[in-house]
Amino acid sequence: MKRYVAKRVLHSLFIMWLVATTIFVGLRVLPGGPVQTMLGIEGNEAAVQALRNELGLNQPLYVQYLEWMGGLLTGDMGTSITSSEEVSVLVQQAAPRTFSIAIVGVTSGLLVAIPSGIISATRRREPVDYVATVASFLGISMPAFFIGIVLALIFGVWFNILPVFGYTPLSEGFVPWLKSIFLPGIAVGLPYAAIVMRMMRSSLLEEMNQQYMRTAKAKGVGGKVRLYKHAIQNAFIPVVTVAGIQLALVLVGSVTVEIVFGIQGLGRLLVNSILDRNYPVTQAVILIVAGVMVFTNLVVDLTYTVLDPRIRYGGDSA
Amino acid sequence: MSDVPKRGNSQVFGANEVPSEYETEETTEEYKGLSNRIVDVMLSDRMALFGSVVVVLFIVTAVFAPVISPYGQEQTFTSMQSPNSYSTGDFDDDGARERIWHPLGTDSFGHDILTRVIFGARVSLMVALATVAVAFTLGTAIGLLAGFYGGWVDSVLMRYVDFQWAFPEIILGAAIIAFAGGLGVVNVVLAIGIAYIDDFARLIRGEVLSIREEEYITAARAIGMQNRRIMTREILPNAVAPLIVQSTLMIPLAILAEAGLSFLGLGVKPTTPTWGLLLSEGRQFISQGWWISIMPGLAIMVTVLAFNMLGDGLRDAFDISEQEVNE
Repeated sequence: MKRYVAKRVLHSLFIMWLVATTIFVGLRVLPGGPVQTMLGIEGNEAAVQALRNELGLNQPLYVQYLEWMGGLLTGDMGTSITSSEEVSVLVQQAAPRTFSIAIVGVTSGLLVAIPSGIISATRRREPVDYVATVASFLGISMPAFFIGIVLALIFGVWFNILPVFGYTPLSEGFVPWLKSIFLPGIAVGLPYAAIVMRMMRSSLLEEMNQQYMRTAKAKGVGGKVRLYKHAIQNAFIPVVTVAGIQLALVLVGSVTVEIVFGIQGLGRLLVNSILDRNYPVTQAVILIVAGVMVFTNLVVDLTYTVLDPRIRYGGDSA
Repeated sequence: MSDVPKRGNSQVFGANEVPSEYETEETTEEYKGLSNRIVDVMLSDRMALFGSVVVVLFIVTAVFAPVISPYGQEQTFTSMQSPNSYSTGDFDDDGARERIWHPLGTDSFGHDILTRVIFGARVSLMVALATVAVAFTLGTAIGLLAGFYGGWVDSVLMRYVDFQWAFPEIILGAAIIAFAGGLGVVNVVLAIGIAYIDDFARLIRGEVLSIREEEYITAARAIGMQNRRIMTREILPNAVAPLIVQSTLMIPLAILAEAGLSFLGLGVKPTTPTWGLLLSEGRQFISQGWWISIMPGLAIMVTVLAFNMLGDGLRDAFDISEQEVNE
C-alpha cells in the first residue's frame, strides 16, 4: 500500500510539473507572443522590448524556466500588470471565496445524492424513484449559473430571505459566512448531486443483482446488513470515481456562479485578467485550478485503497 | 393430405419429430437492423421519444431561424416588456402604429426575447456540432492508435489524458482564449473540442483493446491486410455504436460549456445572441425583469434535457453499459 501511495504521489507531482511547463511554454511559443497582445496595436517595438525586459522574457530560456519553477516553489508568481500587486496576494484573496462555494456545493451535493440514490435503488419503480429520476435529469440539464440565477430570484428578490450579493469571510463568523455562500453553494451542488445520484442508483442496482447477494440471503443474512454491509460498500467504488471526476464540474460551477452572486473569487479574477491581458494573473489562476484538480484526483485514488481491499493488499505484493 | 402428420400431434412421430413434452422452447430473437432497433426503442421509451422530438425541433429552429423568428434579431421595441405583452408604436417607419406581441417579453434594449432565443439556438447548435466533430476526429484518431499499437504510444496517450484532467473544460477554454488572444467562435470550438478529446480517446481505446483480439482481426492479418486498413475498415466500423452514443451525450455538455464561456464573457463576440450571453445580460436586471435571463436559461435546459434523454435512449438501443460511455 505504501508503494501504491508513493506511486500516486509521484505521478501527481509529475502532472503538476507538466502543467507548469505547459503554461511556461504556452506563454512563449505562441505566435506574436502575449507581450504584443498585451500592448495591443499601439505597442511599438521599444515598448515591446521594455515589457519583455520587465517580464524577464529576454533572458536565455533555461534561466527563465528555472526562475519560473523556482518562483512557483516559493509561492512567488510575479506581479499583476494592471495593479502592480503581488499575484500571490490576489490569489490568496480570491481563492478562499471560490473554494468556500465549492465546499458547500460538494457537501450539500453528496448529502442529497447518496441517500436519494440509495432510496431510489431500493425502491425501484416506486413513485419516489420516478421523482428522483426526473429530478436528476433536470439537475444535469441546468448549468450551475442558471440555477444560481433562479435561486437568487426566488430567495433574494421574491422572498428576500438570503443575501444574493457579496461575500462574508469566515473570520466574521460561521453563520454570516454560510449565509453569503449558501445559495451559490446549492447552485453548484445540484448538478453535482444529480450526477452522483444517478451513479449511486445504477451502481447499487447492479450490486443488488450480484450472486453474492443471493448467497448472503441464502445464508440468512438480514436485509439491512445485506444492504449496508455488502451491497452499498461495493457500490461505492464507482460512485467515488464519478464523485471525484465531477469535482471539475463543481469547480467550474463555482467559477461561474460566483459571478452571479457578485463574489470576487477566482472566476472574476480569471475573466478580468484575460480581458485585461494580465498574463501573470491568468497563468496563476489556471495553475491553482489545475493544482486543485490534480490534488483531488490524488485524494480519490487514495480513497480507493480504503474502499477496495484488492488495491490495499495487491499493491504490496505487486 | 390428411396423412401428413402435423406438428404437435404427439401420436405420430416423423423422423425429425420430438415428442412435444421434450421439445425445448428455443427462442431466437428476431434479427433487427440497426435503424429498426433505434426506432423501436424510441417508440417504446417515452423519454427518448420526447428527447428526439425536441432535438428535431431544436435543429429545425436553428436552421430556419430567420424564417421562424417573428422579428429581426436586431429589431428593437419597447424595452423591459413582460412576457405575453404588447408594445405599440411605429417600429418599421411606415407612419402607422403597430401592436407587436412579445410572447417571452423584451430585454433592456427592447429586443424581442423569443427572437433572440431562436437565433441563439443557431450559435448553440453550430458550436456544439463543431466541437463534437473536433473532439470526435482527434479523440478517435488518438484512441485508435493508442489501442492498436499499445506500448509507448499508449503510455503517452494515458499521460495526456491524466494531464488534460487537470483542466476542466471552461478553464482550458479560458486558457486557450487567453493565449490565442481573442474571443470568437473558432476559439470557443477549439477550446471546448480539445477539452473533450480524452473522452473519445479513452472510449475508443477500450473498444480497440477488445476488438483487437477478435478472430476476424487475426483473419485480416492472415490475408495480409495492412495495419491502416485493419484500423479503418475492420476496427472502426465495429466501434461505431458507442461512438454515436458518446457523441449524442457530448452535445449537451458542449452546449453547457459554450453557455458557460459566453456567460463569463469569454465566448463569441458580445453582440451575437447566444443563450449564455443573453442569460448573463439579464442577470443585472433580475429584480426588474426576471424573464430576460430565465427564458434563455429555460431554452438551455430544455435542449440539454432532450439531448440527454435521446442519448440515454440510444444507449439502451445499442445496449451499451453506462460505465462504458461516460458523461
